[in-house]
Amino acid sequence: MSSRRPIYLDYAATTPVDERVAETMFRFMTVGGAFGNPASRSHSFGWEAEKAVEEAREQVAALVGADPREIVWTSGATEADNLAIKGAAHFYQKKGRHIVTVKTEHKAVLDTCRQLEREGFEVTYLDPEPSGLLDMAKLEAALRDDTVLVSVMHVNNEIGVIQDIEAIGNLTRSRGVLFHVDAAQSTGKVPLDLSKLPVDLMSFSAHKTYGPKGVGALYVSRKPRVRIEAQMHGGGHERGMRSGTLAPHQIIGMGEAFRIAREEMGAENERLRMLRDRLWEGLSGMDEVYLNGDLERRVAGNLNVSFNFVEGESLIMALKDIAVSSGSACTSASLEPSYVLRALGRDDELAHSSIRFSVGRYTTVEDIDHTIALVKSAVEKLRELSPLWEMHQEGVDLKTVEWVAH
Amino acid sequence: MAYSDKVIDHYENPRNVGSLDKADPHVGTGMVGAPACGDVMKLQIRVNDAGVIEDARFKTYGCGSAIASSSLLTEWVKGKTLEEAGAIKNTQIAEELALPPVKIHCSVLAEDAIKAAIADFRKKSVQGHPGDHEEPQRLSA
Repeated sequence: MSSRRPIYLDYAATTPVDERVAETMFRFMTVGGAFGNPASRSHSFGWEAEKAVEEAREQVAALVGADPREIVWTSGATEADNLAIKGAAHFYQKKGRHIVTVKTEHKAVLDTCRQLEREGFEVTYLDPEPSGLLDMAKLEAALRDDTVLVSVMHVNNEIGVIQDIEAIGNLTRSRGVLFHVDAAQSTGKVPLDLSKLPVDLMSFSAHKTYGPKGVGALYVSRKPRVRIEAQMHGGGHERGMRSGTLAPHQIIGMGEAFRIAREEMGAENERLRMLRDRLWEGLSGMDEVYLNGDLERRVAGNLNVSFNFVEGESLIMALKDIAVSSGSACTSASLEPSYVLRALGRDDELAHSSIRFSVGRYTTVEDIDHTIALVKSAVEKLRELSPLWEMHQEGVDLKTVEWVAH
Repeated sequence: MAYSDKVIDHYENPRNVGSLDKADPHVGTGMVGAPACGDVMKLQIRVNDAGVIEDARFKTYGCGSAIASSSLLTEWVKGKTLEEAGAIKNTQIAEELALPPVKIHCSVLAEDAIKAAIADFRKKSVQGHPGDHEEPQRLSA
């Protein structure tokens, strides 16, 4: 590549694989390495692959305080979400067919719930508070006698807010309802101890935590014992919950990435928080700039900002030297403003004007300072172009204007 | 989203950005779109006594394609009569800028904007007291 690459500030979309992880993965692919099928019981190639897979399972379990036997390998957090929600709903459907979730969940949860609705399940989609957090009283009011599952994400992918999963789990346990948590954005960012947390099912992803894409895991609690119906059949791998030949290089990559996360997350989060706060300090000096989501109950690396009177897609176009996203990567191909910000009660204009900055392991102070300068000049340029900014400067209240809707 | 070179050129070097005096009897103002939809275009034209557009200015809140569509339109309408300018079709704009299907609405908005500006100018000419117009943001196609 001849020209300089943009500054990567989209760590919530994906992270590069840590060099240490990539080196480890490579030892499980080629003829000189441990390329065996971990399900092969008749020779040493299989045994060594199986041993490495089980060590990786221990690393993943150790980061989240689980028993290794509670970890089921999947192709990623999306598959883990599907397996948890469909698997639990199908297994316990004689008990009830009602599920509760939140409007700000990832599409992997929302679309899975939609599918269950087509199968005859009923789903309640709760509105979060303007902070992005869930009101426990609203959750409690939504639970019914036939509710079998509550699914609430731990860390939101767009705004980075952290839900109180302990309080939610205590409520669901007291009501005999299963609790699934999408924790794709949590690992390495928020300490997790599933030996104490009242969570029944939890989804993980490797590639948000400097591991490879294409691998994830589902935690399935043993105490209390949680049952799920398999969604993938053939061979009975992973205790019958998820068939299919395991991908040792991917799995070992996830294990190594989670090992590094466990060792380094304390220091890493301090550094990320410093960078994130520096970025917010630089941006918040401008007029009409709003932070989306609670600042306190939020992961260190996330900053979601609305630049009023500037449209998000044009801002991203102006920021071609910075890799950021407007909303989540899964929705940024559409013209809809962020459904997450709309669920927080943000005006459409502010939802259309939002940018998610997520900093990570390889972000530097220079990156942040350069970003602040670029964003400031882009916002100024686009506001000069914006009729809304002009009206705002003239003192027109845009809410009183009758727009010619298109 | 991959943009065409022409969209990028107009976006990076927008032509005729700015505002004309909306109280001027020779100026017609069109404002279309809505913030909730993610795009608002303000297009202004100055028309001489011969009915020819002498100058055009725009301001647009919207994506790169919306900005490019309105920038291109200001170039096209200058020197045209009101009839000629009013005959510009969104498909011509979309074709010139090679807009992808999801961005066709930007060109439609640009066509609406020039029609709205022409209608505003004509309304003012009939009224004869254009300076009294106090609610430019209500102008519509």
